[in-house]
Amino acid sequence: MTTEVADPVTSAPAVRQPGLLSRAMSGKVGPVGLMLLLIVVIWYAGAVYLNAPRLIDGYERNDTEWNFSKLTDDAWAMERPILPAPHQVLIEMNNTIFGKKITSKRSLVYHSWVTISSTLLGFAMGTTLGMLLAVGIVHVKALDKSLMPWVIASQTIPILAIAPMIIVVLGAIGLTGLVPKSIISMYLCFFPVTIGMVKGLRSPDPLQLDLMRTYSSSTSQVFWKLRWPSSVPFLFASLKVAIAISLVGAIVGELPTGAQAGIGARLLVGSYYGQTIQIWSALVTASILAGLLVALVGLAEKFVLRRMGVVQAGGAG
Amino acid sequence: MQNVAVKAEPAAAVDRSAGNSVVKTDQLSLTFQTADGPVYALSNVNLTIEQGEFVSFIGPSGCGKTTLMRVIADLEQPTEGDITVNKVSPREARLNRAYGYVFQAPALYPWRQVDRNVTLPLEIMGLSQTEQQERAARYIEMVNLKGFEKKFPWQLSGGMQQRVSIARALSFEPDLLLMDEPFGALDEITRDHLNEQLLRLWEKTQKTVVFVTHSIPEAVFLSSKIVVMSPRPGRIIDVIDCNLPPDRTLDARETPEFLEIAHRVREGLRAGHSYDD
Repeated sequence: MTTEVADPVTSAPAVRQPGLLSRAMSGKVGPVGLMLLLIVVIWYAGAVYLNAPRLIDGYERNDTEWNFSKLTDDAWAMERPILPAPHQVLIEMNNTIFGKKITSKRSLVYHSWVTISSTLLGFAMGTTLGMLLAVGIVHVKALDKSLMPWVIASQTIPILAIAPMIIVVLGAIGLTGLVPKSIISMYLCFFPVTIGMVKGLRSPDPLQLDLMRTYSSSTSQVFWKLRWPSSVPFLFASLKVAIAISLVGAIVGELPTGAQAGIGARLLVGSYYGQTIQIWSALVTASILAGLLVALVGLAEKFVLRRMGVVQAGGAG
Repeated sequence: MQNVAVKAEPAAAVDRSAGNSVVKTDQLSLTFQTADGPVYALSNVNLTIEQGEFVSFIGPSGCGKTTLMRVIADLEQPTEGDITVNKVSPREARLNRAYGYVFQAPALYPWRQVDRNVTLPLEIMGLSQTEQQERAARYIEMVNLKGFEKKFPWQLSGGMQQRVSIARALSFEPDLLLMDEPFGALDEITRDHLNEQLLRLWEKTQKTVVFVTHSIPEAVFLSSKIVVMSPRPGRIIDVIDCNLPPDRTLDARETPEFLEIAHRVREGLRAGHSYDD
């Protein structure tokens, strides 16, 4: 050896510090818990404030003696409050999720399943459509110019306005039930997938593309070996948005169907009969479902990215 | 002094091979049309690179040396003049996979482990699995990275990543190796080490190497021929033959022969300098 350079084979690669993540996690529980507590307090206060006028009216009509503590007790225990208290919603959810057979029309599990199935079908269709559009837009210049404005314009139409039209039109050609709702989900969720995928497929840097060119590789080789893997992190970011709005699409799709089943139907029936507790429990269930679905996509993301060796926290893109 | 053959004529023949030109350019020019008007990147470049030579392009930043390399690789199109690579057009040469290109940055694919980065060109060429693995093992060993096959690029240092990219360029066994400032981003110690390794590799494989650098010692140490270029428009100022003993080590940088060539390169660079100071 004429130089004093250490043998590179024996020098270990950089080791990542494991303590950092766990510390960040422990720091997360505090703020989130505090926020939750704050929301619950405001919710209880709001329930008293909003329900009080009707209660006080009643007291005065019946000459009932009342004080503040009676008012709060009554405000948090009304049958059809303007704003139900959190515990009322939780009790209703407990009754309709765990207290009913899941085949029962009154079971929230049953209704959730109806909504989830059209959400998932719509998500699958929307993701497929979104990816196909992105591949076309990236590879065909004419499509980039002609398709992109329509993709963006499609999202400016209020979904509430177009959803009944889709249901009616599809109903006229004999499509009812799951498929029309899924199509509304698809209509909403293809958009973020297209946008994210276009960005992802264009994300390889010029050197990586030049490299493929020096190998005189075909367009499909460039796609499968470079563009597709580069786009995966972008795809997952889009999928998280897509699955959440896919659920919104499914619920919106249930509103004009005459309210047969699904979370949307529960919302509609609840509002017919002024069952605010039922509406709120359906709402809370919907948001829990959305959270679970997003978390599931997040788990898939972690798994795939780890297998690809792409480090999530500020690593290689 | 017998080792230093200084010639003024750019196209002078070198005795390393029997006049078998790998790259030949004739009045090559390239002008980029930009929003701020034309940029003259290359102007009337006449250059012949013979088989088995180690040719360095040296010049200040923005002198067109990378552009010239990219024209050879068919990554840029000349606006005037002729160029042949392996006696055919650069495009045909590229389609024949005549060269391996090492970029300024390693340009590794982050989702591929070291061995799969090395086999990337082999997959594209459709080699068999066993052939791919055999070659990956051979070239990873050649760049001293045995034991790192299953690491992802981010787990390696910059110097190691660049060596992976060299192994990748070697893996499909091109006769011509184009290296665009491959060690530019590395620290000097790593750079010296890789320079020595590259020199040994060149001797072992007898490949033609075209090497872009802006380091005078690097150019003199590695090359059999140094092409000195001036800033815009990129022109060839001097072509210096540089036949230091083939088994030279880094110590050769302190010999009078080395210093004389380095001096001439520096003179050339100074002559072509278009800055005011």
